[in-house]
Amino acid sequence: MTIVVVMEQVPDVVEELVIAPSGTDLDRDAVSYVINEYDDHALEEALLLAEATGDEVVAVGIDTTGELDQALYTALAKGARRAIKVTGDFEGAWLSTRAAAQLLVPVIKELDPRLVLTGVQAPDDLDGQLAPTLSALLGWPHASVVISSEIADGVVRARKELWAGITMTLELELPAVLGVQAARQAPRYVPISRVRQVMREASIETREVEPVGDLAPSLMRLRFPAETSQAEMLTGNASEIADRLIELLRARGLL
Amino acid sequence: MSQRITVLVEHLEGQPTDVTFELLGLARRIAKTNGAAVEALLFGETVRHLAQTLPADRVVMVEHPLLRYLAPEATAITLTTLLRTDPPWLVLIPNTSLGMDVAAWVAATLDWPLIAYCEALEQHDGQLVATAQLFGGKILADVKLEDRPTVISALAGTFATDALPPAPPGTIEHRDPPAELAALRTRSVVLERPEAADVDITRAEKIVAVGRGIESKDNLELAEQVAEALGAVLAASRPLVDAGWLPRSRQVGKSGLKVKPKLYFALGISGAPEHLEGMKDAELIIAVNKDPKAPIFSVADYGVVADLFEVAEALLERLEG
Repeated sequence: MTIVVVMEQVPDVVEELVIAPSGTDLDRDAVSYVINEYDDHALEEALLLAEATGDEVVAVGIDTTGELDQALYTALAKGARRAIKVTGDFEGAWLSTRAAAQLLVPVIKELDPRLVLTGVQAPDDLDGQLAPTLSALLGWPHASVVISSEIADGVVRARKELWAGITMTLELELPAVLGVQAARQAPRYVPISRVRQVMREASIETREVEPVGDLAPSLMRLRFPAETSQAEMLTGNASEIADRLIELLRARGLL
Repeated sequence: MSQRITVLVEHLEGQPTDVTFELLGLARRIAKTNGAAVEALLFGETVRHLAQTLPADRVVMVEHPLLRYLAPEATAITLTTLLRTDPPWLVLIPNTSLGMDVAAWVAATLDWPLIAYCEALEQHDGQLVATAQLFGGKILADVKLEDRPTVISALAGTFATDALPPAPPGTIEHRDPPAELAALRTRSVVLERPEAADVDITRAEKIVAVGRGIESKDNLELAEQVAEALGAVLAASRPLVDAGWLPRSRQVGKSGLKVKPKLYFALGISGAPEHLEGMKDAELIIAVNKDPKAPIFSVADYGVVADLFEVAEALLERLEG
């Protein structure tokens, strides 16, 4: 049986972000892309589930960057059995979550999985998270903020984190959709040599799709947060800074 | 569509969460400018006691054992049924673990627009504009609200409640649970509360908190030494806890604990919105980070752009010397 993992490439928020002249998107030429870190956890959780059940993990992604192959080959190198790239006339576009979900639904239905996993959220999902959106469009039950899961007797048992260490464990009938916050263990590492080997031996399947009508929110503009901070920046070398910190803490009775 | 602002009440077994009152306050502020009515949707097993405490013009209550924990499927179906019957203008849902399961599901099912991660909802030139936090809090998106039903998932800990005057008692209406609750594909829901932790960081007066910038588990020792020398407890942002370097009981943030110490000394924490939610009310925040644009500096009182190890070592030398 099949477990689908949906993986998305997102702008690396550690890098400096530049707003495009249009004001309604990032300057995509200045963006460096990484796999959404939560999707990496979703892949790890899927591989752990599959190791226990013998399911086949299929990694699926929409190629909005022209650079998705690397991520899919990495998924194959880590243990996914198939990788599928959804392509169409949307390279460089900022797809809304709703549009992405609509593009993914036919591909997921074709694969007929018993479970779909994806990251709990992405840095660019202005119109909400993918897992609950897919759940609504597929008509399958779901849970998000999942930190562990197991498949047993026609259900997936998913542990969802609330807050302050409180968790909710749900038994969902299959097929189901999970939004993964963190896999049970840190995502596995795969050496680049192994990825290169997979690139020679395996291939990525392609599904060409037509763009869908979009109900994205009416974005007026992107902007940087105003410098509202009153933070006083301390400068100098480490010793000078340490002296200032000690002084500050003493003045406030904290030392 | 009526000029109504609807708020989904979040509670844990009958205890309302802070965000519920934040969103009711937000709804009332908007309603005041345009005469809309504020409606609270209260789902649960037995939640009648809560209905009178909600500052809303109308409380609509649905009680059913399957709604006890506000688990995703039952909550989303009940909410969708009510909204479809009588669509409001705005639906405010907390962008919390419980709300996230519901907002996108409901919006996609009804084919209504959704604006997530909302941190502000304000009038600009006679137009209501929602501001969403994107890209780890580094970018804000201003979104114009259309004249149609719209779902907004709003960040917890962002909207003020203190200016909320007591509401005149509103009407309380009971609705029958939707028939679909009989055919849920969620078989069971179990809530677990954590066992008592070794250290309760919510009671600590001083916290030294470490983030990804600490780079390796071995480097935690330095942070521990600084904490000890300051008389502080050690806490962490989520990635370190996920990596197993520190127990869950030390995690600060949206999915961890909310802390309000006298000192919050952040080492190598960039300050993702989820982290800031848990610590921005600390009395004194000092942040050390390599990235001058790290969002942590937006809530800090004092900021240091430097190598955290150099600063930590210099500080330790003085504290121990």
